[in-house]
Amino acid sequence: MASHGVVLLNSWVSMFGMRVMIALKEKGVEYEYREENLTDKSQLLLEMNPIHKKIPVLIHNGKPVCESLIIVQYIDEVWNEKYPLLPSDPYQRAQARFWADYVDQKLYGALRKVLFTKGEEQEEAKEFVDVLKVLEGALGEMPYFGGEKFGYVDIALVTFYCWFYAYETLGGLNIEAECPKLIAWAKRCMERESVSKSLADPHKVYDFAVGLRKKFGVD
Amino acid sequence: MESQEVKLLGFWVSPFVHRVEWALKLKGVPYEYIEEDIFNKSPLLLELNPVHKKVPVLVHNQKVLAESFVILEYIDENWKQCPLLPQDPYDRAKARFWAKFAEEKILSDGAWRAARAKGDNREKALGSTIEALEKIEGELKGKGKFFGGESIGYLDLALGWISYMLPVWEDVGSIKIMDPTRFPATAAWMSEFVNHPAVKDSLPPRDKMIIYFEKRLKELEI
Repeated sequence: MASHGVVLLNSWVSMFGMRVMIALKEKGVEYEYREENLTDKSQLLLEMNPIHKKIPVLIHNGKPVCESLIIVQYIDEVWNEKYPLLPSDPYQRAQARFWADYVDQKLYGALRKVLFTKGEEQEEAKEFVDVLKVLEGALGEMPYFGGEKFGYVDIALVTFYCWFYAYETLGGLNIEAECPKLIAWAKRCMERESVSKSLADPHKVYDFAVGLRKKFGVD
Repeated sequence: MESQEVKLLGFWVSPFVHRVEWALKLKGVPYEYIEEDIFNKSPLLLELNPVHKKVPVLVHNQKVLAESFVILEYIDENWKQCPLLPQDPYDRAKARFWAKFAEEKILSDGAWRAARAKGDNREKALGSTIEALEKIEGELKGKGKFFGGESIGYLDLALGWISYMLPVWEDVGSIKIMDPTRFPATAAWMSEFVNHPAVKDSLPPRDKMIIYFEKRLKELEI
């Protein structure tokens, strides 16, 4: 069987799903991709993730793994012969987990606020930029988070890059002006096929975001 | 051999700190405990954890770690005795999943919220907390003493606060959340947990917790 028993339930626009796609591509794992309609969830999704009913879900040999960062760690542990995503040193691993957790704790919430408020609300935009600046600080002068090699934190964060155009346009921001090193890092990541092939088209993401705002009565 | 200097910055009533202490005790790792007043944070805390400014912070031979789940995994990887996480990747993913679930649905936005809320807010918070507890009950059924079987592990440490802190919140908030007849497996697990040697003598005194949470309830009413 071509997919070797690996199925990914996803939605094309989800930055969380993209993380899993990057991880699978980095490891060279073949899988079956299934696009979910989140307004009409499939029986399979509801069965495989009854707790949250969310994507992404990785189904490996019939067993589901949920929550994107948990899935990425699972992928790293199962397909462990090559291209490690997490460092081998326990302290560096802890640093990686810390920063990936930071992205989940702080960035997504800040982004949602930018997405669902009008451009005049500068508070939300500032909060979002502040979070990016902390991440830029953590990157420092290194090519990737954690050093010379592309890894876990890069995967956790870079998938938001394809949403930046939407946030900039809707939030009245210029992210490159505020965080030039972070944008340089994102472009460096985009040179990797695993990243460029997994991230959605920023203009399509923007159209989707505009649609969401209309749906929720923001515009 | 590298000297093992371990310091833990904590706050006496923080469940996030307690789980790190249990892990260190289980592994037999000696450590120096430094009490922080989180309402009056020390320069040391702000220097060691500038991102979140929270406890626990673990310092191991100058290496600084923050966020309790991150610290637990570090402790597990650095000291191999008494493993906390299972070996199998799928079981590890499941343990991480349930720890995250409980943290989000029962701890942060669940029980403490229900204890503080009034009227409709209370009903809503109580309902979702109980729903989440039902899932945990399901995970415990037929497992043995602990989530992973006969030995205490990561998921037990992640949820351990339920066994001694939840009853205090129920008391202080005059709310019944963990009904033992409805959650027999969880009730049995709570009893095993509080009696475990690594946990038993390290819990904060109940009366002190009652006073503390009564005060917080007044301050944080919703």
